[in-house]
Amino acid sequence: MRIQDVVASAVRNSFRNKLRTTLTVIAIFIGAFTLTITSAIGTGVSDYIDTQVTAIGTPGIFTISKATTPGIVSTGPATYDPNAAVSSGGSVIGPNGPTGLNGSLPALSKEDLATIGAVPGITAVNPLIAVTADYIQYANNGTYKLRVNTNAAISKASLAAGAQLDNSTADYQLLIPNTYLENLGYTDAVSAAGSVVTIGIKDYQRVAHTVTATVVGVQNDTLLGSGAELNTALLNELDSIQNSGKPATTAEGYSAATANFDPALSATDVQVLQKTLADSGYSAKTVADQIGTFQAVIDGIVGVLNAFAGIALLAAGFGIINTLLMSVQERTREIGLMKAMGMGSGAIYALFSLEAVFIGFLGSAIGALVAIGIGTPLSSFLSTTVLSGLPGLNILQFAPASIATIMGIVMFIAFVAGTLPASKAARQNPIEALRYE
Amino acid sequence: MAHVNLILEAQDIAKSYGQGSSKFDALSGVSLAVTAGESIAIIGKSGSGKSTLMHLLALLDEPDGGHLLVHGKDAVTFKKNELNRFRNEDFGFVFQQFFLIPNATVLDNVMLPLTIAGVGARERRERGMAALEQLELADKAKSKAINLSGGQKQRVVIARALVNNPKVIFADEPTGNLDSATGLVVEDILFKLNREKGITLIIVTHDADLAARCDRQIFMRDGREETTGTAK
Ligand SMILES: Nc1ncnc2c1ncn2[C@@H]1O[C@H](COP(=O)(O)OP(=O)(O)OP(=O)(O)O)[C@@H](O)[C@H]1O
Ligand SMILES: [Mg+2]
Repeated sequence: MRIQDVVASAVRNSFRNKLRTTLTVIAIFIGAFTLTITSAIGTGVSDYIDTQVTAIGTPGIFTISKATTPGIVSTGPATYDPNAAVSSGGSVIGPNGPTGLNGSLPALSKEDLATIGAVPGITAVNPLIAVTADYIQYANNGTYKLRVNTNAAISKASLAAGAQLDNSTADYQLLIPNTYLENLGYTDAVSAAGSVVTIGIKDYQRVAHTVTATVVGVQNDTLLGSGAELNTALLNELDSIQNSGKPATTAEGYSAATANFDPALSATDVQVLQKTLADSGYSAKTVADQIGTFQAVIDGIVGVLNAFAGIALLAAGFGIINTLLMSVQERTREIGLMKAMGMGSGAIYALFSLEAVFIGFLGSAIGALVAIGIGTPLSSFLSTTVLSGLPGLNILQFAPASIATIMGIVMFIAFVAGTLPASKAARQNPIEALRYE
Repeated sequence: MAHVNLILEAQDIAKSYGQGSSKFDALSGVSLAVTAGESIAIIGKSGSGKSTLMHLLALLDEPDGGHLLVHGKDAVTFKKNELNRFRNEDFGFVFQQFFLIPNATVLDNVMLPLTIAGVGARERRERGMAALEQLELADKAKSKAINLSGGQKQRVVIARALVNNPKVIFADEPTGNLDSATGLVVEDILFKLNREKGITLIIVTHDADLAARCDRQIFMRDGREETTGTAK
């Protein structure tokens, strides 16, 4: 039998019992649809993360914090040490920040900073200053809560308008997130760049102060958290206001620090440096590492969804076995007839296994097409609504290669499922099949 | 008789079904030589082993005892695909029941041996239509096999049996489930093929009249050949 004839009959045979084939195809469809969607999420997110790392990542800088002792939950709380430093300023760094730092984590003391600075390869260490401002006001448009993003020191801003912060100037500068524009009373991002705003802050004795600063630019939200970013001059000014009137006895501590190293260092050298710091009890992370933690979370979610899709496909595999066994049963005489007429066992086997593969192809192709059909508009809808704060994120990206891979996997599963019925058909004895009952 | 004309030769072949106490000898020692161009009737009571003998001669099954020679060579020396090719190219089959694929068209059913042989679509179609024309069924080519009458179905089956220009046609009760008038038409077609194309006929039948039209008759009883010769 010619290959094209085998394929054509396999296709025709699969349409013989339409209801049964449809039901099996639905089971495969569910699995293939889910896999296509999850792989699109995976592609969309890693694509976004890659562009984020290149767009905002600053090479040659670590965020350093005290390494948290693992096993806190199982071993219970550690002994209280009254001399241990806690992070100062009463602030919580980057409320939604990836570092997950908060006031209760062990803080870095001045000695820690010195130790880090002494590590070969580290060129500079600076504590991360965390300030808690009360409000921000533009013209007379009312006061709004101001959240300060401490990641300014380790990343470039993804600008919607204006310029980057200048950390060498004595002028007070800040970047505001584009989500602030409307409330503050700007018409658009371009009009905000260059405007002057008032920042309200209280000192240690709860006395209110104001500082005026220039908005040099407007930035998009990134994975490193939202909030305004301040230049060094403004940050230092706010910090000094915040700490004025503070009793001298309070132990100095910082929740985190930044450490500079040679930006030309190779990836393995950076890892060696991170290892050295880790051995001394410090966790050192590059921007890429921090953004990478999102990838890990998304990978986890995608993995769970893939597992569900896998279960659906496994069930679908049994559906295929069942469908084809029934079909072999029904076509016993036809198989006997074809064998009597000289059709070889191999061709019979191919006929049924191709039918299985075709059912797999149908299910996966429809699954992928529907996933693309639903996913593409959904993705653009999400980027203009829920995910509008993260420009450039297309949560669902359908890569032809991964769709082809998924279809290949599904068809392979179908092929494996078809093995049992196909070999049953191939082994059939023509005489038995042709005996009249 | 020239040896070259000997197509098939059964030497004391036996076949039994089942095992142990339920073992049943369907065929116990039958010898038969089939010469090209002759027509042979295998006749006997139900259960006497006629179909079993025909299946063995048609290389659909292997005998448990004795030898079956194909063109003078023992069938067991042939490879599986060689036997498949014999059946596909040299044999035509008319089984006791129609065995048509019900939802396929008449033409598709007729072309089946050619499809299995790997003949190209165009040639397959031409030869299929020629076979149907021979049986005056060309107008039914596109109909589904399931929608034909019994006599039409049997003619389709014969068209299918001769589409590959076989050397031998094996027919198991070709008129068994037809009324006598239609049965006669089918018989005439078979004997015309025998006369005009020299196709060897091996016909299993209960019908003494049909058996009498054949060159010779093999009378079967309890798995053995009773006598050979002319019809009673
Ligand atoms: N697969 C089988 N298993 C067990 N017994 C079988 C099998 N095939 C045939 N037989 C037995 O072998 C004997 C011969 O069967 P066969 O089909 O050759 O008879 P037959 O002469 O063709 O009968 P009929 O005229 O009814 O078609 C019967 O008794 C039958 O029961
Ligand atoms: Mg019989």
